[in-house]
Amino acid sequence: MENWSLISLCVLLGLTSRWAVSFHSYSGAGKPPMFGDYEAQRHWQELTYNLPVHEWYLNTTNNDLNYWGLDYPPLTAYHSLVCAYVAKLLNPEWVELHASRGYESHSHKLFMRATVLFTDILIYIPAVLLYCFYFCDGSSKQKVAAAFCILLYPGLILIDYGHFQYNSVSLGLALWGILGLGLGWDLFGSLAFTLALNYKQMELYHSLPFFCYLLGKCVKQGLTGRGFFHLVKISMTVLVTFALCWMPFLSDPNQPLQVLHRLFPVGRGLFEDKVANTWCSLNVLIKIKTLLSRETQLFLSFALTLLFVLPSSIKLLSKPTLWQFKLTLVNTSLAFFLFSFQVHEKSILLVALPVCLIINELPLIAIWFLLTSTFSMLPLLLKDGLLLPYVVTSLAFLFLSLYLLSALDRSTEEELRLGVYRKLTQRWLPKLNLSRIIKWKFWFSLVAMAALSFTSMWLKPPAKLPDLFPVLVSVLSFLHFLGFIIYFNLVQLMEPQRKKSQKKTN
Amino acid sequence: MAAPMTNDQSCFFALALGVSFLKCLLINAYHSTDFEVHRNWLALTHSLPVSQWYYEATSEWTLDYPPLFAWFEYGLSHIAQFFDKEMLVVQNLNYASPATILFQRLSVIVSDVVFFYAVKECCKCLREDKGKDLLGKPCFILTVLLLWNFGLLIVDHIHFQYNGFLFGVLLLSIARHFQNRHFEGALLFSVLLNLKHIYLYIAPAYGIYLLRCFCFTQSNADGSLQWRSFSVVRLVTLGTIVLSTFAVSFGPFIALGQLPQVLSRLFPFKRGLCHAYWAPNIWALYNIADKAFSILGVKFKLLDINKLSKASMTGGLVQEFQHSVLPSVSPVATLVCTLLSILPALFRIWHRPNGARGFLRCLVICALGSFMFGWHVHEKAILMAILPLSLLAVESREDARIFVILSITGHYSLFPLLFTTQELPIKIFLMLLFTIFSLTSLKTLFRKGGALLNPLEAMYLLGLIPLELICELVYPLTVWQKTFPFLPLMLTSVYCALGVTHAFIRLYISLLTCSDTTKKIKKQ
Repeated sequence: MENWSLISLCVLLGLTSRWAVSFHSYSGAGKPPMFGDYEAQRHWQELTYNLPVHEWYLNTTNNDLNYWGLDYPPLTAYHSLVCAYVAKLLNPEWVELHASRGYESHSHKLFMRATVLFTDILIYIPAVLLYCFYFCDGSSKQKVAAAFCILLYPGLILIDYGHFQYNSVSLGLALWGILGLGLGWDLFGSLAFTLALNYKQMELYHSLPFFCYLLGKCVKQGLTGRGFFHLVKISMTVLVTFALCWMPFLSDPNQPLQVLHRLFPVGRGLFEDKVANTWCSLNVLIKIKTLLSRETQLFLSFALTLLFVLPSSIKLLSKPTLWQFKLTLVNTSLAFFLFSFQVHEKSILLVALPVCLIINELPLIAIWFLLTSTFSMLPLLLKDGLLLPYVVTSLAFLFLSLYLLSALDRSTEEELRLGVYRKLTQRWLPKLNLSRIIKWKFWFSLVAMAALSFTSMWLKPPAKLPDLFPVLVSVLSFLHFLGFIIYFNLVQLMEPQRKKSQKKTN
Repeated sequence: MAAPMTNDQSCFFALALGVSFLKCLLINAYHSTDFEVHRNWLALTHSLPVSQWYYEATSEWTLDYPPLFAWFEYGLSHIAQFFDKEMLVVQNLNYASPATILFQRLSVIVSDVVFFYAVKECCKCLREDKGKDLLGKPCFILTVLLLWNFGLLIVDHIHFQYNGFLFGVLLLSIARHFQNRHFEGALLFSVLLNLKHIYLYIAPAYGIYLLRCFCFTQSNADGSLQWRSFSVVRLVTLGTIVLSTFAVSFGPFIALGQLPQVLSRLFPFKRGLCHAYWAPNIWALYNIADKAFSILGVKFKLLDINKLSKASMTGGLVQEFQHSVLPSVSPVATLVCTLLSILPALFRIWHRPNGARGFLRCLVICALGSFMFGWHVHEKAILMAILPLSLLAVESREDARIFVILSITGHYSLFPLLFTTQELPIKIFLMLLFTIFSLTSLKTLFRKGGALLNPLEAMYLLGLIPLELICELVYPLTVWQKTFPFLPLMLTSVYCALGVTHAFIRLYISLLTCSDTTKKIKKQ
């Protein structure tokens, strides 16, 4: 069969599963008075449509910031405005000021789901296809297989089409940024990434690798000559894009500050709910939130994040290749997720995106990580009533990706990039079959995750510990993530020779 | 690197697993009244004695499938009680708790295992092609065409019915005939008849084939009948198999003296010529011709408007369609038409049987002939022709061409089954998925002979795209939606009827000319 038909089949399958997931419930369905993220997005449409720009981020009589006040950057607000215009055309009740609060209906749900599908088709899916066709090695069938697995990643589908958010926009824009950098169109790449950053501030997790990659490239070209001009061009692009996005808020100097204050609510504490990161897991043993002052917490999280981010960033600065760039993206965003301040469970999607990009190089580990990331959001998904799609999409992703990428066959020590590690530890440790150990660990962890999923669905927690299962889920996922960050750092930092030999064969 | 792609077994497994996951995602999709029909049958078989099954009438959806299907529901109901006992109460009309939905949907998904097995067996019957590329193998293509069949997916897993399981039995029986295990094949088909009697339409093909190719053990050198080779033993054994199946199924009701009641439930002739939505067959064309004549007649003052019956002029799509110009059609007339349409095919396989492939072709013609001319045909019945035709499509170019036309038009005619906005994207995605796959894979399979379709056919099929846009996007926004809400449906069925008729004629031509081509293949 021709390539185009394989690609269209894979896209259609992705779209079908996305739309099928959207039949299910969304966050806060029928739960007044606060509802959930679905209502937040609807509320932003109502706000942006009815209020003048300078009131969007301010607490006024018409804008109660305590009720889902706008706390994403301006691009999200503009997107809401565009959606609101369409909504107004279809049914004015959906965006009526005040009166539409908590509006829920079958047709409105369809409308909201359709907006997600639309942006997905427009931004995320083409980026994934382009990525796979330019940067995945192997035959065209393997490229399609990789694209298919990325499109089927359950975490993103469940959050966007189940829980309800527009992550495909910010992640898609970031992916366009990565594509731009990979193809050598640095200006386009930085433009796309700046847009991503202006859509969701969480994209800051990805900003350091972008910065290091571009800087490293400029340094390579020589900071006194061509490299300098290149750097100036890039910074001008970023600045102009930022200025354009923030234009309506620049007239009054207080406005940008207020927006920034909304975007980074330091006052909300080290973490909320149950997140699979260090602080929440440590909290099981030590109550850090009460022991340490706010400032110490801030400092501690900053220091630890920096510690874990630095090695890979320095490596990337010295060696700005696409492979290093992708690994740095993984390591940095994972470090941010594990150690930084005020992390949401959904932020794991920011790590999942770069992991998706290495699914063709390290299939087994990538699949393992992606499944764990979906599992780490289980308490949230259960709360939203998304049990069925969670189970089905996770199992489908597990079986199909293992099969299509032949992940279990492609997991020799060499392919897991553990060769150097073996050389180093040869002297002190007995000879172990690392490949087999990793496979066993993989199956063992899958069983553990499945078992914990089942118990949190079917069993009632003891009365004394109502949060038992969510805590167990987050601790288990945290342990996984800790293992992953060590592994990915090892792979990135200890692999100088292999890459060269691979380049020669290319 | 392409290691996983070589193994046919694992590929089949992946395809089956993939489609099952998709089906599971559709659990919460829209379901039609057929869902309630089957819930009611679960309830009545569970809570009433056998003697009451065909008399019970609390719900308007009375039991109108043959006894073996009732026993199937009876078996299911024993598992159903672990999900939700309330669904097994006859009085709980329109009961659809989440557990009920989960159970009923899962029962369809799980019973499709029969279908999977049948598809696997069918793949073994194909002439093996030694292609290197897995995606280009007839076996792989057939697996996808059957397992991922668009019609089955939307009829069973959205609309709600148990066709997958029933077609599994049918395909398995066909496969057994291909493997020369005729007794098993006959047994399976008689079981199938007792599960759903709509398969009576293809019974003539079975009867003639078994009589000609199995009861007569030999043919003359030129393929004509050798009368002396008749084997009484085989006929008696076949008869025993079929009769004992029917005895097991209908026996209890005959003993209770309920046979007339059961039969009156199974064959309700009170319905009209066409279903509320016209199936794309001859009668759709007949109705529209009638309508056109009456409008023209009124325009040119040949007819008196007051003499025309009301229903045909107001155009409401009522069950009893009154023909105003052309003669009205009676059930007997449709029966005669159906018989006439399949007789040549039956004669053909009697004279030149052409093995199991000839039988399969005849079976498809029977299914399609009854679809074209039958009384009160449902649009879903087109699957009875499309699924068996898939087997032929991967073996010959001409059949592939017929399959493409028939499957696209037939599947498109199923669109009105899902009329909810929520399911609009999914039916379009799935339809595109199946159509793109069948077109490109069959084109690659028969790469040698140029284009699969001629320009006119291609134009006709492309015409479905604007038709869909008009019917489901543009028309609902216009003012006519209120006054003539049925017009898009009528347009769809008439447009599709043209394609189905074309495919029917082509299939007939291929039957009457096919013996030479198969001989050639055999020589090769």
